[in-house]
Amino acid sequence: MDKKIEEKGKEGLMSRRFFFESIGLGAISIAAIGSIALTGEYLSPNVVREPPMKFKAGKPEDFPAGSVTLAADQKVYIVRAKEGYFYALSAVCTHLGCITNWKPEEGIIACPCHGSKFDTEGNRIAGPAPRPLPRFSMVLDDQGQLVVDKSLVVSEETTLKV
Amino acid sequence: MNRLTEQLVRSRVWRSIFRHGLPLSNRARAEAVFYNFFLHVHPTKVRRRSIKFTYTWGLGGLSAGLFIILTVTGALLMLYYRPSIHQAYWDMKDLQFVVSSGQFLRNMHRWAAHAMVAIVFLHMLRVFYTGSYRPPKEFNWVIGVVLLVMTILLSYTGYLLPWDQLSFWGISVGTNMVRAVPFGTGDRISYLLLGGNIVGENALVRFYVLHCFVIPVAAMVFMGIHFWRVRKDGGV
Repeated sequence: MDKKIEEKGKEGLMSRRFFFESIGLGAISIAAIGSIALTGEYLSPNVVREPPMKFKAGKPEDFPAGSVTLAADQKVYIVRAKEGYFYALSAVCTHLGCITNWKPEEGIIACPCHGSKFDTEGNRIAGPAPRPLPRFSMVLDDQGQLVVDKSLVVSEETTLKV
Repeated sequence: MNRLTEQLVRSRVWRSIFRHGLPLSNRARAEAVFYNFFLHVHPTKVRRRSIKFTYTWGLGGLSAGLFIILTVTGALLMLYYRPSIHQAYWDMKDLQFVVSSGQFLRNMHRWAAHAMVAIVFLHMLRVFYTGSYRPPKEFNWVIGVVLLVMTILLSYTGYLLPWDQLSFWGISVGTNMVRAVPFGTGDRISYLLLGGNIVGENALVRFYVLHCFVIPVAAMVFMGIHFWRVRKDGGV
């Protein structure tokens, strides 16, 4: 009798031991994969308390014609190109994320970290930066305030005429 | 005095700790090594050539010594340092100007950290030039490379903790470099490292935990394996 069962096992029918081992290992594997996935989720914050992407930059008359003004907390330049033409230029270098400086005496935007240089339109003049500085969406709200939205990148020709 | 020593050595407490007699015979000397936690990793025999100082320059031992200095000074610095963006910089300044021996401990930690990177690198060069990466030690070379990477990561994660301009932009640049990892995973890794999109509170706490717990513990495990393999392969 015993011999018969053993032979059956050899023929390909699963043995009792193998069956229970499989169930046990399967359960442990599922638990292990689940806990790795949950830990991965835990490490990724669902809410980040970071400065909002949309902000009020000020009134158009605060910016003289031909000026480049850094909104330091937001890392955005408010540029008034000529009388009444505005655009918002990112102040974050496209190379490795340092904040750039406006050099009024040279008329350029320069990054202190690795020497990238940009003109007031955001075009790269020198250095390792791979892309021009992006422009962000800028609108005039009901109270006459310039509102910049950093989550919306607009084309390089976009200006706001006030 | 001799009688007192003898009494002490024969006492039950002593013999429960040291389970062999005074190492007077060769057998007791061997037992003294085998039964001691700190000595048991020693090889059974060492080649005369490999204990020559100018063969190893003691660079591995120096690295381990620096790691111990860094652990001790680091634990002491942790008593006054709080990883919060409002406090970190001022706690660091307090350590420099207010806390007794604070400046000394901080500088010791800093110089030992710089020295460890240099010494670990020199150790790697030595192992390369003496051909000590050859079989059967190839895998120990791999563990050594892991330890070198951990040394550099410890250095880098510690860089953010003073929370000054150098720290801030150093970590900004580094985590932006991580974004260059291909297959769309770069941004994800950077987000997980920083705990957000910018170098802020979450990033500081994460780097603190990595610097003070995760990487040191991992490094200790790898160091244990590294030393054990060195000695089983006949090194010092």
